[in-house]
Amino acid sequence: MSEAKKFNFIGQRTIRPDGHDKVTGKANYAADLSLPGMIWGKILRSPHAHAKILKLDTSRAEAMSGVMSVATFDDLPSVSNEAIQSGEGAIDSLDLGRNVLARDKVLYHGHAIAAIAAKTVAIAEKALELIDVEYEVLTPVLDLHAAMKADAPLLHEDMFTQGYPEQPEKPSNIAARHELKMGDVEAGFAEADVIVERDFVTPTVHQGYIEPHACTVSYNTEGQSMVWCSTQGHFDVRASTAKLLAMPLGNLKVIASEIGGGFGGKTTVYLEPIALILSRKSGRPVKMMMDRDEVFRASGPASAARLTVKVGGKKDGTITAMQTSIAYEAGAFKGSPAMIGGMTAFTPYNCPNVYCETFDVVVNKPKVAAYRAPGAPQAEFGAEMAVSELAEKLGIDPVDLRLQNAAKEGTQTVYGPKLKAVGLVECLEAAKNSPHYKTELKEGEGRGIASGFWFNIGGQSSVTINMNPDGTGTIVEGSPDIGGSRASMQMMASEELGIPLNDLKPIIGDTESIPYNQSTGGSRTTFATGMAVIEAAQDVVHQLKERAASLWNVTPDQVEWRDGSAINTAGEGQMTCAEICAKCEKTGGQISGTGNVNARGAGPSFAVHVCDTKVDMETGKVDVIRYTAIQDAGKAIHPSYVEGQFQGGAAQGIGWALNEEYVYNDDGVMENAGFLDYRIPLASDLPMIDTIIVEVPNNFHPYGVRGVGESGIIPPLAAVGYSVGDAIGANVSELPCSPPRVLKLIQEKG
Amino acid sequence: MAMVFFSGELQRFTGEEKTSVVALNYRELLGELHNKYPDLKNSEISEMAIAIDGEIVHEPLLELIPEEAELHFFHFIAGG
Repeated sequence: MSEAKKFNFIGQRTIRPDGHDKVTGKANYAADLSLPGMIWGKILRSPHAHAKILKLDTSRAEAMSGVMSVATFDDLPSVSNEAIQSGEGAIDSLDLGRNVLARDKVLYHGHAIAAIAAKTVAIAEKALELIDVEYEVLTPVLDLHAAMKADAPLLHEDMFTQGYPEQPEKPSNIAARHELKMGDVEAGFAEADVIVERDFVTPTVHQGYIEPHACTVSYNTEGQSMVWCSTQGHFDVRASTAKLLAMPLGNLKVIASEIGGGFGGKTTVYLEPIALILSRKSGRPVKMMMDRDEVFRASGPASAARLTVKVGGKKDGTITAMQTSIAYEAGAFKGSPAMIGGMTAFTPYNCPNVYCETFDVVVNKPKVAAYRAPGAPQAEFGAEMAVSELAEKLGIDPVDLRLQNAAKEGTQTVYGPKLKAVGLVECLEAAKNSPHYKTELKEGEGRGIASGFWFNIGGQSSVTINMNPDGTGTIVEGSPDIGGSRASMQMMASEELGIPLNDLKPIIGDTESIPYNQSTGGSRTTFATGMAVIEAAQDVVHQLKERAASLWNVTPDQVEWRDGSAINTAGEGQMTCAEICAKCEKTGGQISGTGNVNARGAGPSFAVHVCDTKVDMETGKVDVIRYTAIQDAGKAIHPSYVEGQFQGGAAQGIGWALNEEYVYNDDGVMENAGFLDYRIPLASDLPMIDTIIVEVPNNFHPYGVRGVGESGIIPPLAAVGYSVGDAIGANVSELPCSPPRVLKLIQEKG
Repeated sequence: MAMVFFSGELQRFTGEEKTSVVALNYRELLGELHNKYPDLKNSEISEMAIAIDGEIVHEPLLELIPEEAELHFFHFIAGG
């Protein structure tokens, strides 16, 4: 990548191409599609958190007038243990099938058991009441402490802990144990003058996307079936659904609707396979929609976690050892991001002695799903809280301590490779020099600072740019646009082609119209799909030059492409993109460029956040009064959307830190399954979140891009948590810092 | 010769933290490692991503291995 490259479009704050439709209500979301003859699907969900299904009889429901079809686990024809790609990595397809529709056991309150399709929603709901289910209710396992006990009730009798040299003799709720180590932690702690060791707890939280899961499907026995749904990855919806229903991929077309938020939670399937079964059995199109209650009870939240963190440092500020033991709730089926927690916890630090032990634990709650930087916020919360306390005990400014020990190019990570060029030091320096950090705190206010690390990924993206005879074009990409990526794709294509933004229309192609694309997730879209756009645009430029050369009767290498026009260097002459496209018919047919990449070299993005809070000492209510989010974007393609990612991540992280948590009763029933009681931050709850974009280029991307979607949710947990502790003069060890919990800390302190 | 570093998880199968290997490409690398440490066949190494001199490759099947490369295997990372 040339650092001296001058950009015409990159770095501008352009108008997003999908904005008008969204603000005027014209954009079509998952629930907006209706088809002729369409019927409605509804799901019967478990009233118990843990129970055996002794009998499931749908005959009375099937006999009800207006009921068109019924689905149960027995309708899933092909369910094996094969791995299927999902948001956080692979998921066992047997587990996926049993999560979509329970087989012999229900494993959480709200677990889907059966589904009805009927002519109206009212009939479907009435018919659900006619399904006869007999249960043997079992003791629910509702938290990590209970689940990890040797005599805990088992969710899966056949699950043995993976990761030990020998398979344990008894089954367990601990699905896997991993360890990561580097250097000698015992020797490192022996060198330390000060050691901080604390336990931390974080709650189950939801992504809180505004649009619930929904889909409209049509099964076609003679040809191609169709799924229209809200998803971060329609190709992965196709793969999962086709796998569960034993369909060839080519027989299933999935169209990604506009999406009202995902944040990782829309990287798997819940409704789509059920709706297709109902459609197949009824011969009618079927629409299904979750309500908010169902979204909370039956879609995938982020793991609750328990951590023990130990860090040691010398008086001169050198961190000598870092250690953690981490347990994450996976929900009803194995597969929490516990190991990712271990991989990320201490990566912001250049410490030679690190040890992480992680446990993936099943509990009677919904199977967790990805949530922005899945696994990192919980672990880095504990690590950052401990580092801030270490700084306080050493009498060193917390930014200075972090700067002294900051990871940089060449730093060895505990998960393996040494880091390439990264921007943590630049972020910390920006924090230290920010107006926020220079603002003196008033009495009763507290301050917290925290770093965050996320790997970022690349992966497979495919793009086609089809040019029209008037010189305009369509960018067909396969990455659902959650955060404004269409604008970024448009800008990158315009940068290469040198034609106005509005001449290029970006659209999201369905699974038939573009080759496979990985999901929008892992902060990969602007990086990887952007690379495919650049490749496709360069392909178009190459063809335009060839066409111009043939019109001028010169060779292509005698043609240069400059500012959207071909220049004849062998003589005099210039032709615009539109002039060349207008003559396509005479020079070989239409022009279409392609880019197919399996992108590598994704550059990690570090973030640093500073948070000031004020606590009402009588009620325990916390107000965030100042907040600054700083992050390395490599190169900000569209600064406004980069800032929006920083602010969105910060807002969600603040919610995680202050208010959000699943509250369960002793029977495993979630008691706050709605936005009135599960409180995500509103605009009125937050101050302006100031942003600072740091740009340390990623040398593996043509423009230097790093993904920015995930790192921003990591630091808020500790930045807020430490700030609250600073304000009240107590140690915060458990999130959220909700008023009752903060008030208890204040009262305990006396 | 390339230097392969094993994670704590893989060390259970190799008994060593690192080893040097002569391999032109990923397939040869995996073959050499399986020959040297037969127990590795019981691990998930063939499903893992690899970092070649710090550059992470999720699908390494066709990768060439530079002569003095530093190699690390680890689990695939996705995201949210």
